Amino acid sequence: MAERQVKVTTDVGLHARPAAVFVQSAAQSSEDVTLAKFDPAAESQNRVNAKSILAVLGLDVRNGDEVIIASEDAEAVDRLAALVTEETS
Amino acid sequence: MTVTATSFTGVGVSPGVGAGPVRAMAAAPPEPPPGERHDGDATAALAAASSALETVGADLDARSERAAQKGRAEASEVLAAQAMMARDPSLSELAAAKIGEGLSPARAVFEAFGTFRDLLASAGAYLAGRVADLDDIRDRVIAVLSGRPMPGVPDADVPFVLVARDLAPADTALIDPAKVAAFVTAEGGPTSHTAILARTMGVPAVVAAPAALDLPDGTPVLVDGTTGEVTVEPSEEAVRTARQAGDALAAAVSGARGPGATADGKLVPLLANIGGPADVESALAHGAEGVGLFRTEFLFLDAATAPTLEAQQAVYREVLSAFGDKRVVVRTLDAGADKPLAFLPAGDEPNPALGERALRMMRHHPDMLDTQLRALAAASSGLPVDLWVMAPMVADGDDAGFFMDAARAAGLTGKAGVMIEIPAAALRARDFAQAVDFFSIGTNDLAQYAFAADRQIGALSRFQDPWQPAMLDLIASAATAANTAGTSCGVCGEAAADPALACVLVGLGVTSLSMSAPALPLVRAVLAAHTYSQCVRAAEAARRATSASGAREMARAALPGLRAVGM
Repeated sequence: MAERQVKVTTDVGLHARPAAVFVQSAAQSSEDVTLAKFDPAAESQNRVNAKSILAVLGLDVRNGDEVIIASEDAEAVDRLAALVTEETS
Repeated sequence: MTVTATSFTGVGVSPGVGAGPVRAMAAAPPEPPPGERHDGDATAALAAASSALETVGADLDARSERAAQKGRAEASEVLAAQAMMARDPSLSELAAAKIGEGLSPARAVFEAFGTFRDLLASAGAYLAGRVADLDDIRDRVIAVLSGRPMPGVPDADVPFVLVARDLAPADTALIDPAKVAAFVTAEGGPTSHTAILARTMGVPAVVAAPAALDLPDGTPVLVDGTTGEVTVEPSEEAVRTARQAGDALAAAVSGARGPGATADGKLVPLLANIGGPADVESALAHGAEGVGLFRTEFLFLDAATAPTLEAQQAVYREVLSAFGDKRVVVRTLDAGADKPLAFLPAGDEPNPALGERALRMMRHHPDMLDTQLRALAAASSGLPVDLWVMAPMVADGDDAGFFMDAARAAGLTGKAGVMIEIPAAALRARDFAQAVDFFSIGTNDLAQYAFAADRQIGALSRFQDPWQPAMLDLIASAATAANTAGTSCGVCGEAAADPALACVLVGLGVTSLSMSAPALPLVRAVLAAHTYSQCVRAAEAARRATSASGAREMARAALPGLRAVGM
């Protein structure tokens, strides 16, 4: 299981266009992909289906929030982490 | 409204003609009953739900694609995001679980959407727009499951006539103006959202035409947004003639430039009615030569306390500074009765329209009037604007004198005047014409009081017709008094927006016309097509009539330029 915790740098967080692009990218993976908004106070993180636009929007991820992306598909995790951090790779 | 076999008439609110097949905007389907269960075949129920979600997703994708092809990138993106929601895996899993519990496909889908709706709504204002999207998608899926037409604005390849009960802003955000030949709604009035939207988009529109709802989808209709007439199954000849007329009108409107004037050069300033700074842009865009009625109620009606002089001054300055050295006529607060104020105790009046409203209210609260007038004086200070102020609901010379004194005491140096909207004031305008700097006739209230007919009661709407000869007499009385005294006399009711009536008003002695901004170009064009003496003859002809329709016909016969511009 690959897992990465990154800080979201897109202006609108994971809303509007970035959310749609993120979900479309996640959907390309044949493995399950989960997304959680990191909550330092929580005992376990609320992981949702990263291929679900409604679940992703429901996390209400804003610019500056940290998120945890996890999947058996390490390539997808890296791809999604790059999207939310706007890395150009 | 009149209905014949082949046509009916509503209220034309956006000029021009449009023809095409009727496409009705279906209402949202009702909520599937709580606890509604499927017939026991869970597999079939699941297949039905999946198929409906996919149908809606595919439809939204196709619409997104078409929007993209037309360069409407923003609309395309919104539609693509909606398609993703319809195909959302979490949503379909939840619906499937509910079908597993025995719920019908429609009820299961409804509840699944409800769960995500709550999730998004609780995430705050950032997602409020998505909640409306989600409701729209839910309604579409349930419509598919229950065999109803898809709600919302229909999508079609040929220009169509959109028929609806009424249009809301959310309905119209995705309308492609090139695909809508005309709007026809059962409800709404000249200031409804449909009317405003149609004028903004330049699409002909008729409102208040309930017969339109009976037209089956696909029925060809011809819509005249100037006259309000909707012709069912028009002949090709009728469509061609109407289109030619529409083209002539459009050409005349686009050719009319410069200050409002008759063909022989008598200047008639054409001004805009506005309700606040938000209306300034439209006024200027439509060539307003100033403002003939700046309603100031919006500052007061929603306020918990009386707005301060400074707060008022800032808003007034925003408007006044937009008009250079042009005229801006500000009406002081017209509140009370049906427009109660939170910060002033309302009297218990059995007939509010006949009660202590407008200037009558201010006579009890002179400080409030004084604050408003001083805010206006301060707002215009140092600006080149030609500021005029006027009082609403002036009945006689005593009312007029009170207001003129108040205006001078507040330090206003521009013109101060009164609205003529009570028949007594119109009949005896000569008594106080010398005491004021100008008159402005408010035809809407004048009709209400002249005919003892409440403006709000639809069944009495024939008495709101400004072509009623009694109205023409009252307007003539006020205008004659003003002309004799050498003062100006404007009209700032919607009567001025009727191009033929605008000519008649000029013929009656009215010296300026103020209307909602989109009506200005057409009035300018029609006025420029007639000489002043033609206007006078049209006015005389109209006053010889004994009914509103008679006056309309008589005036029309005397105004040959109407036909020349295709009206």
